[in-house]
Amino acid sequence: MHIAVCIKQVPDSAQIRVHPVTNTIMRQGVPTIINPYDLFALEEALRIKDETGARITVLTMGPPQAEEALRKCLSFGADDAILITDKVFSGADTLATSYVLAAALKALDAQDPLDLIFTGKQTIDGDTAQVGPGIAIRLGHQLLTYVSKIRELDPANRHIVVERRAEGGVQVLRSALPAVVTMLEGTNEIRFAGMPDMFRAARQELKRWNRDDIAADLTQVGLKGSPTVVAQVFGPKPKAIKALRIEGDTPEAIAEAFIDKLFTDFPQLEAALLEHLDQLGQQGVTQ
Amino acid sequence: MEKFDVIVVGAGPSGNAAAYTLAKGGLKVLQLERGESPGTKNVQGAILYADALERIIPDFRDSAPLERHVAEQRMWLLDENQSCTGATYRDARFSQEPYNRYTILRARFDRWFSEKVKAAGALVICETTVKELLRGDQGEVIGVRTERAEGDILADCVILADGANALLGERARLRPKVRADDMALAVKEVLFLPKETIEARFNIAGTQGVVIEIAGNITHGMVGTGFLYTNKDSVSVGIGCMLSDMKKQSLTPYQLLEGLKQHPSVKPLIEGAEMKEYSAHLIPEGGYKALPQLYGDGWMVVGDSAGFVNAVHREGSNLAMTSGRFAAETLIELQQAGKPFTSGNLAAYKARLDGSFVMADLKKYEEVPALLHDNPHILGTYPRVLGDAARAILTVDGQPKRDKQKQVLAELKGKRSLLGLLGDAYKFWRAFR
Repeated sequence: MHIAVCIKQVPDSAQIRVHPVTNTIMRQGVPTIINPYDLFALEEALRIKDETGARITVLTMGPPQAEEALRKCLSFGADDAILITDKVFSGADTLATSYVLAAALKALDAQDPLDLIFTGKQTIDGDTAQVGPGIAIRLGHQLLTYVSKIRELDPANRHIVVERRAEGGVQVLRSALPAVVTMLEGTNEIRFAGMPDMFRAARQELKRWNRDDIAADLTQVGLKGSPTVVAQVFGPKPKAIKALRIEGDTPEAIAEAFIDKLFTDFPQLEAALLEHLDQLGQQGVTQ
Repeated sequence: MEKFDVIVVGAGPSGNAAAYTLAKGGLKVLQLERGESPGTKNVQGAILYADALERIIPDFRDSAPLERHVAEQRMWLLDENQSCTGATYRDARFSQEPYNRYTILRARFDRWFSEKVKAAGALVICETTVKELLRGDQGEVIGVRTERAEGDILADCVILADGANALLGERARLRPKVRADDMALAVKEVLFLPKETIEARFNIAGTQGVVIEIAGNITHGMVGTGFLYTNKDSVSVGIGCMLSDMKKQSLTPYQLLEGLKQHPSVKPLIEGAEMKEYSAHLIPEGGYKALPQLYGDGWMVVGDSAGFVNAVHREGSNLAMTSGRFAAETLIELQQAGKPFTSGNLAAYKARLDGSFVMADLKKYEEVPALLHDNPHILGTYPRVLGDAARAILTVDGQPKRDKQKQVLAELKGKRSLLGLLGDAYKFWRAFR
C-alpha cells in the first residue's frame, strides 16, 4: 500500500498579529507550524502503516523553508517527503494549489501507484477546505471529506469504510480505492517520535520537485493560474460598549435608577411596555 | 546506538558557539535542543557584543538579523517620586562601522546562528529534552539520555549548555543546586512601534539605536535593574531582580514591569505600543564565587549553565559565546593531539577561561553580589537622595542654595549614618575598582 499525505506549512495563527494601519497580516517573526488538521491526516496514515506496513509519502507545495515541516513529518514516521517548490508556483490560490498537488500526485502515482491520499479538512490560514476536493476531482478519485473515523480498510478488495461528520449526524460511507480523505480535527493525536526517527528525519535527503518534474502547465500555476483576487482587507470595527455602574442606597433605589436609565436610553421600550400594560388593563388582568 | 565525538546540550549562544566551532573543526557533533526551534526558549534583553561573535563568525554582519547598532547609552536612576536622574553618552564613533554593539531579537538571531551551525556540519535536533547524563564504570560521562523512545546517545564528551537552571549538572551531582540568592528573575516585553515613531522619540536615524539601563526604586529596594532597548520596529522593556528578594518581598515580576512602564520617564516612550512578546528568564548573577566545577571526565559546562554572567556590566551572551568557543577549541586541540577527553586534559578549558576576560571580569566583581545583597540601601536610599537633591537644587523658590545643600546633606545623614556612608563608599570602591 502506498499512501500520500498532503500537508501545508502555515503561520501559527495563535501568534499572528494584524498591522494596525494596513490590516494585513504581519508574518515577520511569526513561527510556522504544520497545519494542525494535516497532522490528524498524517497520524491516520501512520496508524494504517502500523497495521499494514503501508508506505507514506508526504508532499507539500511551498517555499524552501517548508522543508522544516516535511522533516517533522519524517520524524513522525513518514517514509518519504517531496517538496514541490518553484518560483512559478508562488502566489497560488486554492485552484492553482490543487492543480500543482494533483500534478505531483499523478507523477508520484506513476512511480508507485497510490491507494489513498490524506489531507486535513482545511488549513488554518485559508480556511477554505477547497484543496482536498480540488485534488480528488482532478485525479478522478473518490472524495471523502470531514472524515472522523476510518472503520475499515480492505486493500485486497480495494475499499474503505469511513465515518463522515455531516450536518445533523454521522454518515457511514463505503468507497472504492483510490480515494482522497480529508480528516476532521480531534480524531487522533500525533505520536511522539522516537530518537531513531529523529535522526533519520534530520539526515534523510528530501526530494525537490519543480515545474518540470510534475509536467506543469504554466498557465495553471502560481499567480497566473489563480483567479481569486483579494479585493479588500479590513478589520472588524471594535464595538464601543461601555459598562455603567448604577449606584443607590437601597436595592429599590438602584432598581429605580436602573429602570430610569433603561427607559431614557430606549424610549421605545418604555412605550411598548406601557402599551402592553394598557392592554392587560383592558383585558381586566390585575397587575 | 548512535555515537558522536561531542554532544552539545542546548542551542543558546554558548551551545551554538560550541557546536559551530566543533563542526568547523571537523568533529562529529550532535546538538540537542528542547525548544521547537533554536531560540524559542531563549530570552535576553538583548544586546549583542560584536567582538565575541566576530571571533567565531568573522563575517556575521553580512547575514545576521541585527536590529540597531547602539549609538547612545543612557543610565537612569528612577525614584518613587517619579523623578529621573541620568546620564547620556552619545558618541559619533559608535555610529562608525564596524559597529561594536547591536540590539537583537533572540528568536530571530538564534535561528540564524543555528542555521550556521547546521551549515558547518553539526547535526541539530530540536524538541528533544535531555533527561540525564549517561555515566561509565568510572563515573565518566559517556552520553545522554533523552526523553524519546530509544533515546540514549553516546559521545566522548558532553557540553552542558543547558542554561541558567543547570538541571543536568545538578541531577548528575556535578554541581550543587543553584541558589535563589544567586539567581535574578527578569521579565521583558517586546512592544511594537512604527519605525518612524521610534526614530522620533529617541532622536535616532538609520540603524542607530538607544540603550537605556535603569536603576533605582523601580525595584522597590531590591537588587536589580531595568532596561529599555530600541529595535527596528519595537522596543524591548524589562526589569530583573534577585529571586530571593522577590520571594522575601512577595512582589511579582509583572508588578515591577508595570511600575517601570508607568514611570513618567518611560511611559511617553512606549505610548501607543502594541505588545508583541512577553517573556521571563532566570539569570545566574552569583558571579565568581558561585561558579561550579567547570569540567570533568567527559564533560564541560558553558554559558549560563556555568554562571558566566557579568551582572555589573549586564554582559552574559558574550561570556556564553566565548566559553562555548573555548570548550570547542579545547576539544579540537585534544583530538588533534590524539588525547582523550579526561578531566586532566579538559583542565585546558579552565586555563583558557582564566586567561581571558571571562574570568578576569568575574573575578574583578566577585564581591559585588554579596555587597549588594548585604547593603540593599545602595540601590534604594542613594537614588532617592540623589533625586531629592536634584529636585531641591533645581527648584527655584527663593531659598538660599547654602540652606538647600545643608538640607540635602541632613536628609542623607538621616537615612544613613556618616560611618555607614563612609563604609558604603569604601565597600563600593573596593568592589568595583
